[in-house]
Amino acid sequence: MGLRIIVLAKQVPDTRNVGKDAMKEDGTVNRGALPAIFNPEDLNALEQALRLKEKYAGTEVILLTMGPTRASEIIREALYRGADKGYLLTDRKFAGSDTLATSYAISLAIKKLAPYDLVISGRQAIDGDTAQVGPQTAEKLEIGQVTYAEEILGIENNKITIKRRLERGIEVVSSPLPLLVTVHGSAPACRTRNSKLFMKYKHSKTVTELQEATEDYIKLQKDRPYLTIEELSAADINVDSEMVGLSGSPTKVKKIENVVLAHKESKILSDQDKDIENLMKELIDNHIIG
Amino acid sequence: MNNIFVYCEIDEGAVADVSLELLSKGKKLATELNCKLEAIVIGSKLDNIEKSLYPYGVDIVHKADDTRLYPYTTLPHCSIITRIFKEEKPQIALFGATSIGRDLAPRIASSLRCGLTADCTNLVIGEYTENKTGKEYKDLLYQIRPAFGGSIIATIVNPETRPQLATVREGVMKNEIFSNSYKGEVRNIKVASYLKDSDFIVKIIDRQIEAKKINIKSAPIIVAGGYGMGSKSGFNKLFELASLIGGEVGASRAAVDAGFAEHERQIGQTGVTVRPKLYIAAGISGAVQHRAGMDQSAQIISISNDPKAPINSIADYVIIGDVNDIIPKMIKYYKEKSK
Repeated sequence: MGLRIIVLAKQVPDTRNVGKDAMKEDGTVNRGALPAIFNPEDLNALEQALRLKEKYAGTEVILLTMGPTRASEIIREALYRGADKGYLLTDRKFAGSDTLATSYAISLAIKKLAPYDLVISGRQAIDGDTAQVGPQTAEKLEIGQVTYAEEILGIENNKITIKRRLERGIEVVSSPLPLLVTVHGSAPACRTRNSKLFMKYKHSKTVTELQEATEDYIKLQKDRPYLTIEELSAADINVDSEMVGLSGSPTKVKKIENVVLAHKESKILSDQDKDIENLMKELIDNHIIG
Repeated sequence: MNNIFVYCEIDEGAVADVSLELLSKGKKLATELNCKLEAIVIGSKLDNIEKSLYPYGVDIVHKADDTRLYPYTTLPHCSIITRIFKEEKPQIALFGATSIGRDLAPRIASSLRCGLTADCTNLVIGEYTENKTGKEYKDLLYQIRPAFGGSIIATIVNPETRPQLATVREGVMKNEIFSNSYKGEVRNIKVASYLKDSDFIVKIIDRQIEAKKINIKSAPIIVAGGYGMGSKSGFNKLFELASLIGGEVGASRAAVDAGFAEHERQIGQTGVTVRPKLYIAAGISGAVQHRAGMDQSAQIISISNDPKAPINSIADYVIIGDVNDIIPKMIKYYKEKSK
């Protein structure tokens, strides 16, 4: 029973540990200093897909990402870990898309890649933390959704069983396929690169990247077609231009403010007994504790 | 018509705290906009649930009561709400940013092709001028939220689509009763006519949800630990200090991710927002995401071996040193001094 699984992933700036290096002198974050990474929960999602591939012979795992040319980096990363194929959905028309416009474009790309049994993505991307694109894509595909998945337990007779991680416990649900699943960060971490797959795919490039490649590269791609990462443009998926980019996005950004660190006059204390003793006395005397 | 709607989640047979907080905020917005406040409650055995909603100034309670509607699954709740919104045309609709609200609201937004903003930390009414067309809008909902890991604060508007949809995390808005004598009306929804069989494709096989046991939101004192605590056992001393001084234990995202503390204790942009009278941050560096959830604390003590930790800049007291050395000293001297 081979499945056809589409994994949705996003390349994001690493906003998790905005350390001192990424802070400007005025206390704001220098976003350019943040490295571009494979969105963490999308890696959890990829791992769930790869486990299904191991479990059910003949399963095919296809990675789909929307972004600029450099987002091909995460497609290669997925190929190194065991994905079979990758597609880059890229077009200037998509620039400025909010989650609704993004899910519209992604759903059309998925329809183009049909048939499929499962669409799996991370719960949310760390640059926006909205968790909206998954459910919105499911709605546009007119299929069911299971969010906050921690583990796909199995598939039998076209029915999938999934364990979900909720705020205060777990829930196990079942659903017929096709289905869209979003994976929670508490799911198992993604496997690392496989060295054989790395050797196999390290020269893979998108059509745009090939335009700047040397003759040798172009010849290599001709000999080994699996090295070509396919690109999908707005025209390839027949988008209505009014429904993507800024015009297709009902949400508008009115204002952006940088968060500046507030500064208080702090009292600096040492770890010496006298300092701690005085502090506790002060807190009690001021009725803050006790 | 064009009122403010709040989707009310049911937790252990009662309306969830986050929903009551949203009703409190929704009433203020409704007063400012001179419109009504309406609540949607979907679940099972909802007799008299409206009595817990009226004091928040709710004018109309839309009630869908059916055994198949609890526990929550996406599609039936989505179908009911989508149809109510199509008929009632709310101008604003609010959802808790919980595993339910964040599952449900985007599906509704997609179905109605409306704008939705997740995890808002503030909601304000204001005007907006579209740059390109110069078109002016009045009385829009400013949906204010941190983005980019909390390094920026964005104000989002939905000028053209209705309802203006937003989710808000627990603890961000204050729970405030409007009037204990306020009375509204119930509209019972004829559930069967709103649903189709295909809404029930996802079936719940098993559910193990723990009772809500930790309520850090209302704790007057919070002793929060970060990754710098080093281990789960490192948190034991925090529990000892917290119980001694009448507080609760909180945690940073890094500490929760490392398994040092339960998710319920997580404070920050992706956890709970707290405003205690005393916040003790132990081994927490204080990333913007964390500070967003605690910077309104009346007094802040930071304990860190890093004099340059970002949290120190918002602390009233900074103790430089090893947390595992300092916490026991705080316990010792509290016991001595409080006698």
